[in-house]
Amino acid sequence: MNIREEFPMLSKNIIYFDNGATTFKPQMVIDEICDYYKNYSANAHRGDYNISLKTDMMYENARKKIKDLINASSAEEIIFTSGATEGLNMVVEGFFGKILKENDEILLTKSEHASNILPWFRLCKKNKCKIKYIDLDENYKVTLDNVQKAVSSNTKVISLAHITNVVGDIRPIKEIVEYAHSLGILVVVDGAQSVPHMKVDVQDLDCDFLAFSGHKMCGPTGIGVLYGKFDLLDSMEPYNLGGGMNLSFSSTGEVEYKSLPQRLEAGTPNIAGAIGMGAAADYLKILDLDKIHEYEVKLREYLVMKLKALDNIEVYNESSESGIVAFNIKNIFSQDTAIYLNDYNICVRAGSHCAKILKDELEIKNTCRISLYFYNTKEEIDKLISVLKNSDTLFNQIL
Amino acid sequence: MDANLRRSIILDNYQNPINRGLIDEEGYIKVNANNESCIDELNFIIKIKDNIIEDIRFDGEACAIATSAASVMIKALIHKNVDEALNIINNYENMINEKNYDSKILGEANAYDEIYKQPNRKKCALLSWSNLKNALEQFKKNN
Repeated sequence: MNIREEFPMLSKNIIYFDNGATTFKPQMVIDEICDYYKNYSANAHRGDYNISLKTDMMYENARKKIKDLINASSAEEIIFTSGATEGLNMVVEGFFGKILKENDEILLTKSEHASNILPWFRLCKKNKCKIKYIDLDENYKVTLDNVQKAVSSNTKVISLAHITNVVGDIRPIKEIVEYAHSLGILVVVDGAQSVPHMKVDVQDLDCDFLAFSGHKMCGPTGIGVLYGKFDLLDSMEPYNLGGGMNLSFSSTGEVEYKSLPQRLEAGTPNIAGAIGMGAAADYLKILDLDKIHEYEVKLREYLVMKLKALDNIEVYNESSESGIVAFNIKNIFSQDTAIYLNDYNICVRAGSHCAKILKDELEIKNTCRISLYFYNTKEEIDKLISVLKNSDTLFNQIL
Repeated sequence: MDANLRRSIILDNYQNPINRGLIDEEGYIKVNANNESCIDELNFIIKIKDNIIEDIRFDGEACAIATSAASVMIKALIHKNVDEALNIINNYENMINEKNYDSKILGEANAYDEIYKQPNRKKCALLSWSNLKNALEQFKKNN
């Protein structure tokens, strides 16, 4: 069966190029979510009755599927969150909030997403630590060389996107981690744009934390995962306190927490979300993430080649090796381009894509972004190109 | 309004907006206009003397609708007194929101009379006008 037929949203006559924002869901993921709500809808970690036991089993099974997806050493290292944003906030507040002190340094880049910058800004105000930015090279990429230049004896943590959401460059995480660890520096990875698109092996990368979202990998919204090495997660202060995460507490204020992973998952979890995300992990495994990556890189090459053949288009990240392409029609505000493309049912994102300090580097604030996924096709790109080619009439159309 | 005329007013004000570029001079009130639902970001400065709007200038990045609307607004409000300006703004807002309005006092701003057909563009058309309204109301309170 053609994989496109497995996605109900792909039968709606739209060309969807905003997969960096969120992805469409295959029927098998939708079915898994519905199955939970229709056939065994109970709370997890609670009951002594069958449907609750089934819920428990399916929820923990989903955790195992995610563990396998990223090759974590144990399921206890997989914490369900509401998404990459929550995962990053948990790490910054719950782990680094406890250990960073005055003058300690955090290394970031200017192309990070807001959720890998703003939590650090807040922590710096509270703990009086400092942020330093790793220089980007002429293609807005991170090199090990520039990481080494930015590191000082005060550096305690490096926090980077694996793939950035505007430039789309794949960072050499493994090399950075190896170097960082040799100096006792921890590495946090924002995997929101990488885990859905390529094989990510946390043991191979040896990163200390990895946060990612379900909905960007064919799963449902409102669910994500924070991976952390067991000992690090184990020393983390729970972000939320409440039911499901404590063993006992007394009226005098003594509390005993549960062990991982429950300790970091207070309250009723997003059960349907976790089960759906587990199904999405299965789906990506069947398709094979190496093949997905290979396909997307080829599709991107085709897109960039076609875009470059047009005189009226400027491409900002020609050399990236992910499915993300940032461009503008020359002299047209990105949002006007997006509105024009929408007239042809082509969905692209316009704006700064939550990377609001990247403008310091790109010298342009707003771009149109195409972010491809394995279900996009050359035919869709051809349609886009013909619409962009004939964009002289853009204002006649949108005004 | 005729579709071609409407389009040429918007396009002309987008491509050659009036008073673009801020100046650093005393006596101006600063107004920021950021569209929360999209990426339009415009900054205005206004000079009011003896209750008359002597000058409005703007800068920033925004789409064709938002940028042109800023230019059209400046032309409509400059040299008006604060109450006249507020009256024009109120009528413009009514037009965008499909309420009764007096088209005679809106001039070029009538070019936005069909924006209501594209609900996601209403905020673009209102961005500068609503922020200027807030600034003028604040000015009235303070003076």
